[in-house]
Amino acid sequence: MRRSLSSFRNGESLPLANVPDLPQGEFRAKTIAAVHEGWWLAALFGTPMENGRLQLISVLADPLTSGLAAISTEVGEVYPCLTVECSQAHWFEREIAEQWKVEPQGHPWCKPIRFHTPYRSPIAADAPPLGVTEFFAVRGSEVHEVAVGPVHAGIIEPGHFRFQCHGERVFHLEIALGYQHRGIEPALVGGPGKRTIHEIETLAGDTSIGHATAYCEAVEGLGGVAAPARAQVLRGIMLELERLANHIGDLGALAGDVGYLPTAAYCGRIRGDFLNLTAAICGSRFGRGMLRPGGVLFDINAKLAAELTRRLATALNDVENAVQLMWDTPSVQARFQDTGPLTAQTCDALGLVGPAARACGVERDIRQDFPSGVFRFAQIPLSRWDTGDVFARAWVRWLEIQRSGVFLREQLASLPEGPISRAVWPLLPAHLTVSLSEGWRGAVCHVAITDQSGRFARYKIIDPSFRNWSGLAMAMRDQQISDFPLCNKSFNLSYCGHDL
Amino acid sequence: MTSLLITRFRQGKRTLPFPATEPILPDQFRGLPVIDEARCQAGCKACVEICPTDAITNNGALTIDLGRCLFCPECSNSCPEGAIRFSRQYRLATSDRADLVLENGQSLKLARRMADDLHRILGRSLKLRQVSAGGCNGCEADVNVLNTVVFDLGRFGVQFVASPRHADGLLITGPVTQNMKLALQKTYEAVPDPKIVIAVGACAIAGGPFRDHPEVLNGAEKVLPIDLFVPGCPPHPITILDGLLRLLGKRQENTEVLQR
Repeated sequence: MRRSLSSFRNGESLPLANVPDLPQGEFRAKTIAAVHEGWWLAALFGTPMENGRLQLISVLADPLTSGLAAISTEVGEVYPCLTVECSQAHWFEREIAEQWKVEPQGHPWCKPIRFHTPYRSPIAADAPPLGVTEFFAVRGSEVHEVAVGPVHAGIIEPGHFRFQCHGERVFHLEIALGYQHRGIEPALVGGPGKRTIHEIETLAGDTSIGHATAYCEAVEGLGGVAAPARAQVLRGIMLELERLANHIGDLGALAGDVGYLPTAAYCGRIRGDFLNLTAAICGSRFGRGMLRPGGVLFDINAKLAAELTRRLATALNDVENAVQLMWDTPSVQARFQDTGPLTAQTCDALGLVGPAARACGVERDIRQDFPSGVFRFAQIPLSRWDTGDVFARAWVRWLEIQRSGVFLREQLASLPEGPISRAVWPLLPAHLTVSLSEGWRGAVCHVAITDQSGRFARYKIIDPSFRNWSGLAMAMRDQQISDFPLCNKSFNLSYCGHDL
Repeated sequence: MTSLLITRFRQGKRTLPFPATEPILPDQFRGLPVIDEARCQAGCKACVEICPTDAITNNGALTIDLGRCLFCPECSNSCPEGAIRFSRQYRLATSDRADLVLENGQSLKLARRMADDLHRILGRSLKLRQVSAGGCNGCEADVNVLNTVVFDLGRFGVQFVASPRHADGLLITGPVTQNMKLALQKTYEAVPDPKIVIAVGACAIAGGPFRDHPEVLNGAEKVLPIDLFVPGCPPHPITILDGLLRLLGKRQENTEVLQR
């Protein structure tokens, strides 16, 4: 398979004419075979053709060689689904069916995932009423159903959870999203425009840097340029600060969910210290305004680098102090261990990403497998644990906090000289690029396709949450329903990143 | 137990002395945008054209709509004369949508205390239910931090509660998606009277970066009456807190801030 698929790299662009147009059977067989050989399905999506039919594109990623491959086929109103032989495709095919009114025949559970009007339908009334849909149901004595959401109890985004329970035990959890759908993908067509970067920075607002990195590298790939070395390092610093802030917040929230308040209180504060480091660089606690195609808008001068290094050391010291309490407390460990376990097999079958995958013992990290920017030169050791439970998801975060801290110290001490930005435009016409970055939740994947005038004909976004919500549903099987908040927090997925 | 106490000692007291003293904001903080009329060149429309949400208009005089503003650095970077810049002014919340639209040099009228009859009931204990209606988790996160020891919202008598039935009002984030409209309306109806509504962030005020997408309603005002507007993308937590304190009448100085 490695030889038969033409290969390109993360962030590179290739002419659309070089994307093989295969017969449906061959497209299907090649995609399935590659995934069975250990490739990862980075993207599977539809893009409209001039003849009214739909072009299906699958982007396959080979972690062994860091190579990417894109293949395509043309489909009409129906096509035989891939999901039955390749479960990584299950959510992608539901998305394709909803976006383009194409039926992946044989899909075992082909329901809408966002409840919006199909992109090709002129009639607004075609949007299915949200949440009015069939849910998987279990029947029998003492079986009952629990429905939660869309409005939840905390300061949190909306989503609907439907549990099938036997007493306190969860047989099955079905997650219905779409409440946050803002129509971002169709709005990006015809771009890049003056609003594009702002839609990217807010498509999942806690991953502003992760998505902006993928977007900027995609545009630079289409422009045939690379950001200056100094800008690439600055982007890496922002990305790891984002990871630190979120991981620390998550560890605090996990402690809070099992009623261990010291770590919860301290981490809540320390998370803010990291957001403030980001703000010290670019003025926004979420890193907005920092990344732009071609480079970055804000530099770190020697004085600021010294100040950041000092504040970083203090904050990391505080985290170690706060988190160690939790690891030393048996009652916390008892709640974390064996709660919501996932196996490496399930993880691979679903194509999970990020700390959730690495907590199953799976080595999957864009910074290692498909490095771009500064990560080609400065490797961060991959953090992994193999129990797949809440403890593992917490522990992997803790390892990553320490390793990102080391990376930041090193990078702040050795910023390369040179400019922080360069011109990108115009973009190559009729090209495709795939851009991957390791956001704090996992792999962020953007696929951009330009038309004959170098404008976006299609911009596909895959947030890590798009893949990992299924992981949460699987982790809840056979668990106590009262453990749901803890399991949910251990994934801490994005609703808006999924809903787009 | 000993390590717990040692840690408690090491972590120290971290609650900000706000509002008794002014907050320390980052050097690059982007607060109230300010226009220097003298430097603005006639005929130049650089900032108007680059603004991603059309927050800046020029009909003779430059006008900025803070409700639409994302506080991004695009306009200040685009101005060849340095006539537009972001000040360090973090007080930005208003009681009326129209007050967020600032003509050249006009001062910003900050939020006033809620009406006396409401204040009698809610002034010392305000329970809020937060609803994210298409929010990106930026505003949600910076509302959430008000509950940390740093801001310690509880000391002002404000608390976020789990049910609208327990709430005195809603705090809304996000542009209000078509898919959340019904849930938002139902949540509002579930809040007992009298009630207030707070819109936090550019999305909840005017649709933010998603303005005019057919999937969104361009803000909460299309669905509910709003009592407090807190602009920003997202607003700094201290901006949100300042707005809440003004609504409660716990902060009344500087009722107007000048563009400078």
